[in-house]
Amino acid sequence: MAERVAVQQNFEYVDASKIYSKVADLKAEGYRIVQMCALNANNAYEVIYSFDKDHVLYNYKVAVNDGEELESISNIYMSAFIYENEIHDLFGIQFNHGILDYQGTFFRIAEATPWKNK
Amino acid sequence: MAKRTIIPFGPQHPVLPEPIHLDLVVEDETVVEAIPSIGYIHRGLEKLCEIKDYDKMVYVMERVCGICSFGHGWGASAAIEGAMGLEIPERAQYLRTILHELSRVHSHLLWLGLLADAFGFESLFNHCWRVRETVLDLFEKNTGGRVIFSICKVGGMRKDISNENLQEIVTVLNGIKGEIKELTDVFISDASVKNRTVGVGLLTKEDAIATSACGPVARGSGLYQDLRMTDGFGVYGELGFEPCVEEAGDSYARTIVRIRELFQSIELIEKAVAKIPDGPVAVKAPGNVEGEAVVRLEQPRGEAYYYAKGAGTKFLQRMRLRTPTNQNIPALVKMLAGCDLADVPILVLTIDPCISCTER
Repeated sequence: MAERVAVQQNFEYVDASKIYSKVADLKAEGYRIVQMCALNANNAYEVIYSFDKDHVLYNYKVAVNDGEELESISNIYMSAFIYENEIHDLFGIQFNHGILDYQGTFFRIAEATPWKNK
Repeated sequence: MAKRTIIPFGPQHPVLPEPIHLDLVVEDETVVEAIPSIGYIHRGLEKLCEIKDYDKMVYVMERVCGICSFGHGWGASAAIEGAMGLEIPERAQYLRTILHELSRVHSHLLWLGLLADAFGFESLFNHCWRVRETVLDLFEKNTGGRVIFSICKVGGMRKDISNENLQEIVTVLNGIKGEIKELTDVFISDASVKNRTVGVGLLTKEDAIATSACGPVARGSGLYQDLRMTDGFGVYGELGFEPCVEEAGDSYARTIVRIRELFQSIELIEKAVAKIPDGPVAVKAPGNVEGEAVVRLEQPRGEAYYYAKGAGTKFLQRMRLRTPTNQNIPALVKMLAGCDLADVPILVLTIDPCISCTER
């Protein structure tokens, strides 16, 4: 049975080089992935990784510069391939070693990487 | 070894009201792998936050989906309220909960109809949608809209619903409960329905965890996962909410979860109407948004994630919405591997896909 929990706002900044091992640790602790998204931040980007365990949400934030690449977490959480391809197609952030890389064709949009910093 | 063939399924297919494409790798009549593609109708609605005032974004987010529009309006409002640190009045929380559960009733009736349509039970489909019309009439009477209500706003509700009208909602729901029972009994007991759903599209508890499934898909596989178990928005804690969970993990179990939730939602509405306090339904938003917040709601299709971030201007820096279908596509891919080709339409439907939600 599940227990009621209070909504919390948990955000933690993580270095890009450490995100893969941090996510692997969460997986080992029984967290599930909730989502990944990117946002434009001061001519760079932030990628937010969200995880849940027993209704408690935890968010990692990773700062990413233009042209910087991230290690895919889709071999830890299969569902991540959707978010990584979405972020790639909209923001142009490259994820390496993913289980399913659509190479920019996941979203059929008129303009390539429309949300990339100009 | 049988010859492998790739059959394209969608984006235009009778069972799909919206476009998703699957490359089905089949051996004879058995699907061995499914590769999904989306992106046919990406609208970029999230990006509108850069040119629409934050309070207008609530109405933009409502337009993400025609079925769970109220929930999206609530989620967007709550995320912005969270970023502002705004407490909304208790009556507004009750009204939001009531309208959200009413949305679940109409969404699940719609889904049951679509399922019946997918296996060719047309009269059942028609009756499910006929009963659903009664719920849409309630929305129209109380909010002015049948699809988009625009009744949620940052700070609470745009208008109150009188206690008499709330009581009428309960009376009408109790009036159609018998009809819903008659219809759902067909899904539960009819041999032709069970032939197409029992043991079909098995998603084990382990697979549901591995694919991070959510909503009725996860609960149909034995996971006690329902965002209505979190406190901080809505009044579910005061209504004695418990998730509806089935263990079997097949299409039948996912159907039973939704049927149980239909009756549970009516019960929750009844309890909320009995307990709703009098008082204001909105507070004034204090100005521009500075800060960030995440809110998650249990939409009829499952968990939806809303993120709002502002930097002190009237525009948000980012509004993010991750919808339940997004999260359930990997579970669908898992279910499809090993199924009969003829079961693909039903399996696609059992995740209750909403592609316009997914594409935003």
